[in-house]
Amino acid sequence: MRLQTRISGATYSFKDLNEVLAKANEEKSGDKLAGLAATSVTEMVAAKEVLAGITLADLRNNPAVPYEKDEVTRLDQDSVNETIYAELKNLTVAEFREWLLSYEVRGEDIIRASRGLTAEMVAAVAKLMSNLDLIYAAGKITIIAHCNTTIGEPGVLAFRLQPNHTTDNLDGIRISTLEGLSYGSGDALIGLNPVNDTVESLVNILNLFQEIKETYQIPTQNCVLGHVTTQMEAVKKGAPADMIFQSIAGSEKGNTAFGLNASILAEAQDLMLKEGTATGPNVMYFETGQGAELSSDAHHGVDQVTMEARCYGFAKHFNPFLVNTVVGFIGPEYLYDSQQVIRAGLEDLFMGKLTGISMGVDACYTNHMKADQNDIENLSVLLGTAGCNYLITVPQGDDIMLNYQSLGYHEAATLRELLNKRPIPEFAAWLEKMGIYEDGRLSRIAGDASLFFRK
Amino acid sequence: MVDMESKIKQLIAAVLNEMGVENLELAGESQAVAVTEPLTDLTTEDLREQLLVPEPENREAYLKFKQATVSRIGIWRTGPRYLTRPQLRFRADHAVAQDAVFKDVSTEFLKEWGLPEIKTRCADKDEFLTRPDLGRELDAENATLLKKSCQEKARVQIYVADGLSSSAVERNAKDTYQALVQGLKGHGVEVGTPFFLRYGRVPAMDAVADILHPEVTVVLIGERPGLATAESMSCYMAHNATTGMPEANRTVLSNIHQGGIPAVEAGAHIADVVKKMLDQKASGLNLKK
Repeated sequence: MRLQTRISGATYSFKDLNEVLAKANEEKSGDKLAGLAATSVTEMVAAKEVLAGITLADLRNNPAVPYEKDEVTRLDQDSVNETIYAELKNLTVAEFREWLLSYEVRGEDIIRASRGLTAEMVAAVAKLMSNLDLIYAAGKITIIAHCNTTIGEPGVLAFRLQPNHTTDNLDGIRISTLEGLSYGSGDALIGLNPVNDTVESLVNILNLFQEIKETYQIPTQNCVLGHVTTQMEAVKKGAPADMIFQSIAGSEKGNTAFGLNASILAEAQDLMLKEGTATGPNVMYFETGQGAELSSDAHHGVDQVTMEARCYGFAKHFNPFLVNTVVGFIGPEYLYDSQQVIRAGLEDLFMGKLTGISMGVDACYTNHMKADQNDIENLSVLLGTAGCNYLITVPQGDDIMLNYQSLGYHEAATLRELLNKRPIPEFAAWLEKMGIYEDGRLSRIAGDASLFFRK
Repeated sequence: MVDMESKIKQLIAAVLNEMGVENLELAGESQAVAVTEPLTDLTTEDLREQLLVPEPENREAYLKFKQATVSRIGIWRTGPRYLTRPQLRFRADHAVAQDAVFKDVSTEFLKEWGLPEIKTRCADKDEFLTRPDLGRELDAENATLLKKSCQEKARVQIYVADGLSSSAVERNAKDTYQALVQGLKGHGVEVGTPFFLRYGRVPAMDAVADILHPEVTVVLIGERPGLATAESMSCYMAHNATTGMPEANRTVLSNIHQGGIPAVEAGAHIADVVKKMLDQKASGLNLKK
């Protein structure tokens, strides 16, 4: 492995692969906070040049966190298809980048290749890509999953409807849900982040969602995003959940901080397949976000892009229906401004799709970041263009419970119209039946939540 | 006729006075405003009462359900996009939140109160936002300054830190502080010298305690603003605080603002909690109720 290079008369040396991976990242405040970032732009480019010459075999043989120490590494390494890996292992990261972007390589070829990859390879190639490279390569990859309906088909852009409430008030949740439906959001999921992570509260909200779904015959899926163990208790008590959700991290230590490990998730998946309300086979939902590991001191000296790719490797093991990065939620100490959030959003989407999971994005920001609604609207257009499976929407982009801003219900209709996309087919038919959509776009009555209260 | 005009002017002045003339004066700085009618404040319109859907299927039910949430519901659209008024309201709420974070607590505010200013290791606001580790520490110069400015080994050391909202501090800290000192006096407890910590994170209270050694450390600190309010302040308290102590040793009272726990009420409540800490020699999870 060559770990040094020359640029503009200066020599740059790196002590190991983790340092190369970290310093090859585009600027992120989180890598600086961790003390891992390149100290100059030239050093960043030097690291990229070194990384370009590294082979996929080098990356396989040097996992970011040692195999013996970490469950996430073990799952990722052990699930590699050795035949496919053998075909790819002598490629350098530069050659792999060009392979992904070439006309000769089709989406199916990439999906096959993904079975021979580890998270470090996925992260490495993302670091050599420009933003448009990430969009172009992600756009080639189609990942389809099925819960009650099918997500990810070409030409489809789905949305999660997120009707969060400051006190889990059922009337408040109901009107936010109906409002979102009246704008055509909710085909990916009707999913709420509860304030009260108790079995009783989860059961009440799941029953509300089920009632709405049944009353109006809505072809979609629901979920209440409590802790995995609380959701399992609720399901065991007969709560009508289509999916089980959990936030995950890219290291065993990070997952421990979230109160989970692989066997708990396997148990949850098994429970859902046996007792859940959904058709399946994809019954799991995960959220991630660059910087989560550092925030719980579980990053093992590894940069946040690589840790994020490791989340996806971990997620893939449980055949999720949905995985989304909550890019920009965690704050300016990890992603400082709109430039960093937009870059991270595109990296995460690309890495998720290259890993082979049904990938979405919560394009969002907090009030202490240098970003605003315009930035997140920009990002949504880029993600929609890159074949993002779904995006998250809340009433006018204002999440009153989590105190951050995401996309609004209005964005669902706008983006589909602009990018020539449609809702998930069964849901699109339902929207036409309800009179919310007409000829593939919002009808005259769309946006009136009280159409569900017809007297 | 002239009489009528002056009467109307008086009436307008009275109404404006009631609404808080501050904003009007600010607007007056940039340009002369010909006041012919009272100005409405974009950020104070009650969104729960507002239904912008022109012909709702069921207005009564819509409004009834809207009462149950502060979410931006029933805001209607033009094509698939937002109407102008809700769009401006959103931007206004976000602007107020951003200003609360990115503006510094003014030196006038500190001067008026007479608070000495100490600074953490953060050089500026940008560093404060990206380096939480530095916002917990004081350099040698500021440690010395703190020692010089304040009484050591006070029973209760109260200080103010900007945290993530300067507006919250400027709006609530002084009233809370005064009520708190008053309350403690009632319990026969004297307090140390108050000061202001610029670019301070919550755990900076441990560093402060390591220098001043009070029995109980109390910080009034700005919370991360939401769109609903940018003026919410928290109070963190700890008995025998020191660097590296468990987070569970901190007691917190949050949501201190006009629409939450009003400052004066919060101050009185904090005084009672601090008294308990002194009596039990404990804080956080170790404090019995």
